[in-house]
Amino acid sequence: MNRRINLIVDLTKMLLIILIACVLVFIIVFLTSQEPADAVYSFFVGPFTSLRRIGNIVEAATPLMFTALAVIIIFRAGQFSMISEGAFFIGILGAMIVAITGRMPPGIHPLAAIVFGGFCGAFVASVPAVLKMMWGVSELVTSIMLNYVVQFFTIYVVSYHYREITSSSLASLLFQETSAMPVIVEGTRVHLGVIVALVLCFLGFLFLQRTRLGFKLRVTGDNLHFAQYAGVGAAGVMVSAQVLAGAIAGIGGGAELLGMYTRFKWTSSPGYGWIGIVVALLARRNPLLVPLAAAFIGYLNVGADIMARSSDVSREVVLIIQGVMMLLIASEALLQHWRQKLIVKAAEKEAKEGNDDAPPELPDASIGGNDIPYTGVDTPTPNSPDQEGL
Amino acid sequence: MHLPCFIQKIRAGGVNVNQAVEALRMENITKVYPNGVIANKSVTFVVNQGEIHALSGENGAGKSTLMKILFGEEQPTSGTIFANGQKVNISSPTEAIRLGIGMVHQHFMLVPSLTVAENMMLGIEPRKGLKIDRKRAEKEVREISHKYNLPIEPNERVEDLTVGQKQKVEILKALLRGAKILILDEPTAVLTPQETRELFAELKTLRSNGYTIIFISHKLNEVKEFCDRITIIRRGQTMGVYPLSDISEQEISKLMVGRDVILKISKNKILPGAPAIKVRNLKILEESGRVRINNISFTVREGEILGVAGVEGNGQAQLVKALTGLGPYHSGSIELCGTDIRKKSVSDIRKLSVAHIPEDRMTIGIAPRLSVTENTVIDKTDNIRFFTRLGLSKSSEIREYGKKMVRDYHILCKTPDVSVESLSGGNIQKTVLARELSGGPKVIIADQPTRGVDVGATEFIRRQLIAMRDAGNSIFLITSDLNEVLGLSDGIIVLFEGEITAYLPDASNVTEEELGQYMLGIKRQSPEQISEVLHEQKD
Repeated sequence: MNRRINLIVDLTKMLLIILIACVLVFIIVFLTSQEPADAVYSFFVGPFTSLRRIGNIVEAATPLMFTALAVIIIFRAGQFSMISEGAFFIGILGAMIVAITGRMPPGIHPLAAIVFGGFCGAFVASVPAVLKMMWGVSELVTSIMLNYVVQFFTIYVVSYHYREITSSSLASLLFQETSAMPVIVEGTRVHLGVIVALVLCFLGFLFLQRTRLGFKLRVTGDNLHFAQYAGVGAAGVMVSAQVLAGAIAGIGGGAELLGMYTRFKWTSSPGYGWIGIVVALLARRNPLLVPLAAAFIGYLNVGADIMARSSDVSREVVLIIQGVMMLLIASEALLQHWRQKLIVKAAEKEAKEGNDDAPPELPDASIGGNDIPYTGVDTPTPNSPDQEGL
Repeated sequence: MHLPCFIQKIRAGGVNVNQAVEALRMENITKVYPNGVIANKSVTFVVNQGEIHALSGENGAGKSTLMKILFGEEQPTSGTIFANGQKVNISSPTEAIRLGIGMVHQHFMLVPSLTVAENMMLGIEPRKGLKIDRKRAEKEVREISHKYNLPIEPNERVEDLTVGQKQKVEILKALLRGAKILILDEPTAVLTPQETRELFAELKTLRSNGYTIIFISHKLNEVKEFCDRITIIRRGQTMGVYPLSDISEQEISKLMVGRDVILKISKNKILPGAPAIKVRNLKILEESGRVRINNISFTVREGEILGVAGVEGNGQAQLVKALTGLGPYHSGSIELCGTDIRKKSVSDIRKLSVAHIPEDRMTIGIAPRLSVTENTVIDKTDNIRFFTRLGLSKSSEIREYGKKMVRDYHILCKTPDVSVESLSGGNIQKTVLARELSGGPKVIIADQPTRGVDVGATEFIRRQLIAMRDAGNSIFLITSDLNEVLGLSDGIIVLFEGEITAYLPDASNVTEEELGQYMLGIKRQSPEQISEVLHEQKD
């Protein structure tokens, strides 16, 4: 019963958030634009006007799926490492090195590059994890600082070792042709990476729900003291979760690089790790909902791009929307009053049905397996693991 | 609340009819928590001025919620409260204090590093210019302590006080803030018999001075001994108000639980076997260097329950941590099932067939948002029955196991998939018990196994422990419930300031008074008597 109420409230909350986001777009557009109707049209409808643009949504969503999944695995273990940003970027670097220098046949080459990217991501993510395990250093602080180290290290490696000298802006040498990820939809740039992301999201779900390590991870994230008391090896679990997440983000970086580009062209870290947090929260920390959440954010991005190109509103509008959405998602109290009212009503109804004719009796605890539900106290609570907030 | 109050007032012994003015009336209080739990269902609770009114009920019955509402810590979903005949809205504890309602929490709300006077004056310090007027604070504390015959030294630090003294500080703190109605939440749970008697005398003095006392307790003999009336709550509803002169303990417990409860613990004598827990010259130091356990040795044999009596804070917590691998020890040795556990991890120790029922189950005993099933299999992840060698879970096996646990341990829940935090205290403890006892343990460390658990569940848990002992397992029982330590244990050791001050080989021959004297350090056995607990042949 409560589970249903929570679903209703959560869905309404999501719709409300999206609605608020849309209203915000309207307001901003009407305040700043000379031709608001065009801008609004290109923002909301623009992304669906051609196959190429729909492809753009998928392309934008793909890297977010990787980073959001990484964020979810870290958060579900009760850790607050922000390393998915750095792990993603170092994954790009790792894959780039293999893509430029490797001499391999077409199928193997991208695979090797991506795997190496994942390895780099795992290595970077292990640094804050190990620091925390050994000396209790806050992973939040070290991971954020490490993201900068990774960013400048990557830029340095590209500038000094793999730079295309003939180019005026920063760009790497051209990748080997064998390293390209195949495009899977003709007429778009949607590449194999999206399949990898979808598979990983599903595997991530299975990992959390159906494996020993995933089980230990959820226990550790739910109550660290309990994990220690039960002999789960909580320290090892926390490190593995971060390493695994780093690997996923690193793979994402590699796939993004090889699927979308033929050269490395970034001058700073692209920020997918940060937006990944928004996606992870929007997906209610459930890996299965990640593709939907990522697609929505991707849609907003593409809409903003189109609006920026075809009207006089700048694409920074999207950043405002994302900020507001993050606030709304994080606001636990939103609609709480309504939820409480529904629950009270349901509980009262249940109590009436259960206790109408007989006064409450405690089932005899001493003999037999008496399964009468103890409606007074044992009503299930909202928080099944994949429904709770951050 | 079904009989007119008037008749009950006359029938209630010890209450003068002329004085029976309603001090407080909570009418039709209903409280539904955000998770859908109905804690109170249209409860009406009336307390007269100048009486000691007991509030009893099982855990999860809704006593604490009702009192939290009264003290402004929770808001009722519906219902009204009257104080001295006036309708009031108690929005916060500050408001409750203003209305003359004071609360002594079960877990004291004191700052250990501050003195008694500083604690009592916190927030209402007398001032001299910008400075706190220490002299006046001290004088006021002395005056009030003298006035109510609650002797306490204002300059002592709270951390140096005994539990009983801390409680006095809490009571005085409430009185100092002008409380006329005092709520005491299970005040005797942590006291020795001597301290309990002292508390009763003090409360009676307060009553004769016109104070009203609401006394929350599970301990029916205490309620019967010195309360005037009792309100019984079961499953969020009142089961009536009774003058205690008219109702027996048996009747009260039946009203609380809804059936007859066997209050006495019965067990057979069995012959203990080989040693299973061997502790020798154990010494535990705190990080600050303070000695918590000082050179103690004892043995627990197979088929034996060794009880540990002692006022809380005498080293029990540190001893349990050392035995289970959760905390360090400085010197000496601990042997469990023949293996020395030095440098062993928690999971290594668990693999020796050691079960641990933790004292604070909400903090360390469960993963609250995970399901009942998941909570019962967490220590069994290495078991090939539940996880394949590659680490994949066998969901159907696990689901079946969860169902079996719920059945075998009578955990009351809709399905084994609900989160543990939605269960009542007793059922959470049963979940812990199911996990710990179903793994086939040889040694069970049971730390306060029935604390805060209702009467029905207590009975069940005790019976389970006795069954485990009869099957030849060793149980090390730490409990602050004297009735439990005397009734459940075969032998008893008493811990006082980190040392064993007595070994009582036959618990059935010990009186509460005798035990209390050892617990308070008034009496102490000779080293020879104490060393009997080693169960070693002497040459």
